Amino acid sequence: MALYEHIIIVRQDVSAAQVETLAEELSTIITENGGSVEKVEQWGLRTLAYRIKKNRKGHYVLMNIDAPSAAVVEMERLERINEDIIRILTIRVEELEEGPSAMLRTRDERDDRRGRRDDRRPRRDDRPRDDKPRDGAPRGDAPAKPAEKPAEKPAAEPTGDAA
Amino acid sequence: MSSPQFARRPFFRRRKTCPFTGPNAPKIDYKDTRLLQRYVSERGKIVPSRITAVSAKKQRELAKAIKRSRNIALLPFLIQ
Repeated sequence: MALYEHIIIVRQDVSAAQVETLAEELSTIITENGGSVEKVEQWGLRTLAYRIKKNRKGHYVLMNIDAPSAAVVEMERLERINEDIIRILTIRVEELEEGPSAMLRTRDERDDRRGRRDDRRPRRDDRPRDDKPRDGAPRGDAPAKPAEKPAEKPAAEPTGDAA
Repeated sequence: MSSPQFARRPFFRRRKTCPFTGPNAPKIDYKDTRLLQRYVSERGKIVPSRITAVSAKKQRELAKAIKRSRNIALLPFLIQ
């Protein structure tokens, strides 16, 4: 049997308890059709990145499934009929993930990350910035400057400057 | 880009390596929004690999993961 990761998004005005029963119903469909559900993960009510059918939020449910394709097709058919489910995604995987998925892992260690980069940045933009410490400040200042910056693009290598 | 004769220039650019290759590289997963967010611009576009230094093979994987992530509204298609 094939392994699948299956995610559904349920409308925001459905209660969490209802989502759980819905997930159980879907699990029984899989087991009735000769498959098994290895793991069900409730991600809770999350803000959607964009509106889906006028919804700004949705309950996410992840299911790891080991089932024949017919069972998955049948489950998907019923999900499409159900109006509470606004989005589904099924992906066939080589192996199912053990333990909590990345989504739940990141929530535990919730620390604020640095901002992401801008794609409009001219590619040579970092040149003048490199020049700055050499013009004004004394030389000893130069290696300290890049260290403060995020390590993502080490444009000014302190060793290169010293050579 | 960083050929040996450029090594002595003041603005020597260190050769970046692919963040997804190596021993403890993160696994590309469409559910890991925190990871994928780093490879998406402020507008929500996928950042080209020449900027992020992701290898071609991993960039294809990454692009697929971002697109899956967009499909289930974990990442936006566009911002504004």
